[in-house]
Amino acid sequence: MAEFTMPSLGADMDEGTLQEWLVRAGDRVRRGEPVAVVETAKSTIEVECFETGRVGRLLVDPGATVPVGTPLALIEPVEEPAKPTKPTKRGRAATARSTARETPKRAATAHPAPAPAEPRAPVPAGGRDRVLAVRGRAHGEEGPLVRHLAEQAGIDLDALHGSGHGGRVTRADVERAAAAPRLPGRITPFARRLARELDVDLSAVTGSGRNGAVRAVDVREAAPGPSVPAGPKSGSAAPARPAGERRPVGMRDAIAGLMSRANREIPHYYLSTTVNLAAAMDWMHEHNRRCPIGERLLPVALLLKAAARAARKVPELNGFWTDGGFTAGEGVHLGVAVSLRGGGLVAPALHDADTLELPQLMADMKDLVARARTGRLRGSEVSDPTITVTNLGDQGVEAVLGVIYPPQVALVGFGRIVERPWAVDGLLGVRPVVTATLSADHRATDGAVGARYLTAVDRLLQSPEEL
Amino acid sequence: MATGQPDERKTTYREAMREALREALRADERVFLMGEDVGRYGGCFGVSLGLLEEFGPERIRDTPLSESAFVGAGIGAALSGLRPIVEIMTVNFSLLALDQILNNAATLLHMSGGQLPVPLVIRMTTGAGRQLAAQHSHSLEGWYAHIPGIRVLAPATIEDARSMLAPALADPDPVLIFEHGSLYNAAGELAPLTAPVDLDHAATRRQGTDISLITYGGSLPKALAAADELAADGISAEVLDLRTLRPLDGEAIAASVARTHRAVVVDEAWRTGSLAAEISARIAEESLYELDAPVERVCSAEVPIPYARLLEQAALPQTADIVTAAHRAVD
Repeated sequence: MAEFTMPSLGADMDEGTLQEWLVRAGDRVRRGEPVAVVETAKSTIEVECFETGRVGRLLVDPGATVPVGTPLALIEPVEEPAKPTKPTKRGRAATARSTARETPKRAATAHPAPAPAEPRAPVPAGGRDRVLAVRGRAHGEEGPLVRHLAEQAGIDLDALHGSGHGGRVTRADVERAAAAPRLPGRITPFARRLARELDVDLSAVTGSGRNGAVRAVDVREAAPGPSVPAGPKSGSAAPARPAGERRPVGMRDAIAGLMSRANREIPHYYLSTTVNLAAAMDWMHEHNRRCPIGERLLPVALLLKAAARAARKVPELNGFWTDGGFTAGEGVHLGVAVSLRGGGLVAPALHDADTLELPQLMADMKDLVARARTGRLRGSEVSDPTITVTNLGDQGVEAVLGVIYPPQVALVGFGRIVERPWAVDGLLGVRPVVTATLSADHRATDGAVGARYLTAVDRLLQSPEEL
Repeated sequence: MATGQPDERKTTYREAMREALREALRADERVFLMGEDVGRYGGCFGVSLGLLEEFGPERIRDTPLSESAFVGAGIGAALSGLRPIVEIMTVNFSLLALDQILNNAATLLHMSGGQLPVPLVIRMTTGAGRQLAAQHSHSLEGWYAHIPGIRVLAPATIEDARSMLAPALADPDPVLIFEHGSLYNAAGELAPLTAPVDLDHAATRRQGTDISLITYGGSLPKALAAADELAADGISAEVLDLRTLRPLDGEAIAASVARTHRAVVVDEAWRTGSLAAEISARIAEESLYELDAPVERVCSAEVPIPYARLLEQAALPQTADIVTAAHRAVD
């Protein structure tokens, strides 16, 4: 019997609040599947299971704040069944397709068969989809009556949580879903009233309160037009607060603590070099000309890839300083600093960024940024970056000398790509250049190593086709 | 007032209360003070120090250690046309006189068909925080606020300590004044008395927009300190001082919740069946559609208040608890 414990999702985390269980007792989980949503001082994170097995008892209720290491649930080992069930997203798609084949007409109207699986690796668009995929693994095995009722009621079976044997959706589940208004779980009375007053459709509102409760701030955010302060009685009318304005208080504290520690404990040294991006930009523009708009690259993808490849070449900068010694990271998990709407910062990891093809890296990065800004990062993304890149180029600065994110030992900064007079072979020309900087931990490395790193970044960017 | 007094001066809650007593004794011959040690000793908390010398033993009367007897005597005196002020050392001891307060003082007007008003004022200390152990430290004012027929006051500021006694004496019905023991040493400027204070309305001690901290008496300073801390976190807290626990100013509570949509009720009494429970219930009854978060309550641990300092502090509502509760409601 394994324990699923509150993970440490970063050096600054010593406790977390269990916000939501994504599984129930008896559900089967695989290693790497998200099973719970945990809120830390910095963000809300989906935590993956470290074991494959069946969820036993849930030991902690949503809303509880517990220290790192506290057992949250028991995972009972189960032997893999001979006939594989379909726990993965791809598996579910396959099942859904086979269902569609069985009852072609009806199924097609009820829920159109999913588009053929895209060739690229499954990057879930949003956490929810994954969750439902996990829950709905026995779908497709429902009886005809259940399917019939679901179609009549216009209910997507895949979106239901089955209470029957092995997670099957039962008739009662469908009837319950049909009876229930399609509203979020909890809505405060004031939010309900406000929604009526502001004419907001509550079914489209995502709650930010405890246990996902919809609060006034969520309704105001969802309200069309300028937000209106509450209620006829509140004559003094405070201006409506922009959503998410409060989170940065806790986040500010977390950043303050971590960055103070970084500056207190880490003897930083800084290196800087200017990289000629002429070849990289030419190559990128050429590449983009041949691409659909949605798949075009941004310069940052090349910069990130170069930073990741260079980190593999110079492993002394890719890892952690813990307990007075350096441990190299397993793989290059590139932390990407993302500034959040309403302030604050997270730096989730692009896993194995040095091995990702550029289009894939671009897509992953977009996904990562989107999820960071909606507060749906995975635990592993938050906890295991091995080196972080901060790219303030789009903010217009030319160079950024960053503070290392402990316990990492290096931080790479990129500024804005600017056109500058540039001497090439004794002639002056205008070239796009970027200032790449390195902040590194002097306990782990010396300037020579850092210089090797920046040189590697430069060289990699001169051969963009090989990136 | 016969003697000319400076308009504004530094004073303490204790002195303000004494000043109110002195003024009442001077203003009306029918007023007298009685209780254990109020005369020669100057009152267990020093409130009546010096009054015996000024007004004599007829009007500042030491009583035997029998709460039932001297509260009963006070009721009799009130019925006979006098205006007694009875001091009981602590609310815990007042339970010995509960029969007199509930069965006689609070009910005689009703049972006599309106013929026998009882214009009695009973003062007593309440609350913990001074290491006086369980039998001197409880907050039972909520029990009295349960009783129809009496008025229950909880002056939390020097101004209220100074100015609530006169209207209490003017009230034809029994009035209980609860003075939190930790407030006696509170010092501050006392604004000159202007109009007589009304005993029907709560007071907003601090304006805010994000959350209402609803409290009274000894918890008011903690609520104000919590509001300061919350302000540093960007949360604007309104602090409502109830002042009168019976009748409760329901309108003020509803108005505050309508402004802020969230409420923390801070009450040093035990949570179960407390005044905090009553306030929460009223918010649920009257302000449900204003609520954007569940009502939070910060009350004492449900134990006899311990003697040991750390345990006592741990048992009582503290500023940090209020801040945490407010964050739960707002974040």
